[in-house]
Amino acid sequence: MGELKLMKGNEAIAEAAIREGVDAYFGYPITPQSEVIEYLMMERPEERTGMAVLQAESELAAINMVYGAASVGKKVFSSSSSPGMSLYQEGISYLAGAELPCVLANIVRGGPGLGTIQPSQADYFQSVKGGGHGDYKLLTLAPASVQEMADFIELGFEIAFKYRNPVMILSDGMIGQMMEKVELKDQKPRWTAEEIKELNGTWAAIGKPEHRERNIITSLDLDSAKQEKHNHHLQSKYRQMEEEEVRYELFDTEDAEYLIVAYGSSARIAQKTIFLARQKGIKVGLLRPITLYPFPKKPLAELARQMKGILSVEMSAGQMIEDIKLSVGCDIKVEHFGRYGGIIHSPDEVLEALEQKIIGG
Amino acid sequence: MDIKDIVKEENLVYTKTKLMTDNILSYCPGCGHGTAHRIIMEVVDELGMQEDTIGVAPVGCSVLAYEFMNIDMIQAAHGRAPAVATGVKRTMPEKFVFTYQGDGDLAAIGTAETIHACNRGENITIFFINNGIYGMTGGQMAPTTLPGMRTSTSPYGRDLPSMGNPLKITELIAQLPGTYFVTRHAVHTPAAVRKAKRAIRKAIELQKENKGVTFVEIVSNCNSGWKMAPVKSNEWMVENMFPYYPMGDIKVDGELVEKK
Repeated sequence: MGELKLMKGNEAIAEAAIREGVDAYFGYPITPQSEVIEYLMMERPEERTGMAVLQAESELAAINMVYGAASVGKKVFSSSSSPGMSLYQEGISYLAGAELPCVLANIVRGGPGLGTIQPSQADYFQSVKGGGHGDYKLLTLAPASVQEMADFIELGFEIAFKYRNPVMILSDGMIGQMMEKVELKDQKPRWTAEEIKELNGTWAAIGKPEHRERNIITSLDLDSAKQEKHNHHLQSKYRQMEEEEVRYELFDTEDAEYLIVAYGSSARIAQKTIFLARQKGIKVGLLRPITLYPFPKKPLAELARQMKGILSVEMSAGQMIEDIKLSVGCDIKVEHFGRYGGIIHSPDEVLEALEQKIIGG
Repeated sequence: MDIKDIVKEENLVYTKTKLMTDNILSYCPGCGHGTAHRIIMEVVDELGMQEDTIGVAPVGCSVLAYEFMNIDMIQAAHGRAPAVATGVKRTMPEKFVFTYQGDGDLAAIGTAETIHACNRGENITIFFINNGIYGMTGGQMAPTTLPGMRTSTSPYGRDLPSMGNPLKITELIAQLPGTYFVTRHAVHTPAAVRKAKRAIRKAIELQKENKGVTFVEIVSNCNSGWKMAPVKSNEWMVENMFPYYPMGDIKVDGELVEKK
């Protein structure tokens, strides 16, 4: 068993990044995720592993520093929260277009605009549907615990380098701020220059030896035919992700007649709702998507066949519900429930919504 | 056919450096970019640094620099090259890392990145091509466009009360403690090219000392954007740009050069 610690989600993700052997973190302070860079600065990772940590002058600069370090084949991590993540979008589009791996975390707060510093899940569309300009996708992981905040660093880098695509850890202010027991992995060494040459030398701009072709990092092609071909290539990667990377968890679904679909904090709350509902004899289960893109369409569609109705629970006005409806078609009732703008729904409120909108409705 | 088949070796006095590719330059005939590319690559070649060099070129006429410079390169978003270069240099401090930016990029949309990279004293080299106009997008007003100068977005001339003054960004960043060597040159005559090349060599060599940003501005023409023949545009540049953007060193060894 690895080292056990009681940590905030934001601290756990930072510690996990050091232990993953990440080469650099670039970020800019924003509530409720500033503990990530504060923890890293306090830990002196440049002494622990040689990891570079830099507070940038803006989110625009931070995401472009990520782009630079990713361009030379390094493991690079950054985090922000909703208004800051909006500023990241230009850079994320470039990262996806230039096929650069990195792991980003959004500790979501309520919006729109400056919104509130309280938890929210209203950045689902931004993360799952693209966010910036152009046709691209981010593989999006949704942690539901402090443990998963730590675990998704390793998983995120594995996927990011497998597909040479940014990975988004879509968390929220509740998971970022709450403290839980977390089992930390052992320290991995950072990649050496030789390892980077071997692993990423076919594409990373690490300096051109006389007898190899230039490695160029770019998302530009003024020849539209080539740009379309590049887009086809990107789309083929997303199709592969949809085949190979779908992750989800089922809870009490074996005998369930009703289904709640919820991710992250809402999934934790829904587990309590299910406990309360089953005390009343209501047979309800939970599907928790762990990857929001690719969305667990097939398992959800199969599960829907045994259900009388589905309640989508998210701390937003209803975003994931669109993916649920696309997965299950029109033959089953699907409703949304969620508090938003920084309000967290209670298990009782979710149960009431289930009874009124799905069972009674 | 090899050049040796055309010119006898004893008569060969000039060849294209092998650190420029054979791709056809996208720059307009008469523009200074090609010369600036060439002398930077000559210096990298002369110092034997091809494998040690990583270049960053953001949006602007030189966004396609990676087609011409025979090194590993990174194309960056508009204005963000100093941040991208920071990300490279902080994770590969042993490499020579440079940006190659135009005036709109460096002194308008990327002002924050420019100032903060310079203020942090990143050990990078910035090549700044200042032609007082947005060339790539078709000749719009730039932060460095001269007072009264006509562009497609200042068709009656740059009006200072409504459009602001030309930004002397190079003098501005020279004030920052993070810059170590700041100089301004041009590439319109053979003598100017030789001087500019010496400055480029110095900027590249100084990066190894890790003393902060080395910064070479090259005041250049944009004959297409200025709507002039190449020779005329160079004359206009000497008469109009040089008084506003005077040639020479601005900061040497971390000290501002005293103006006489």
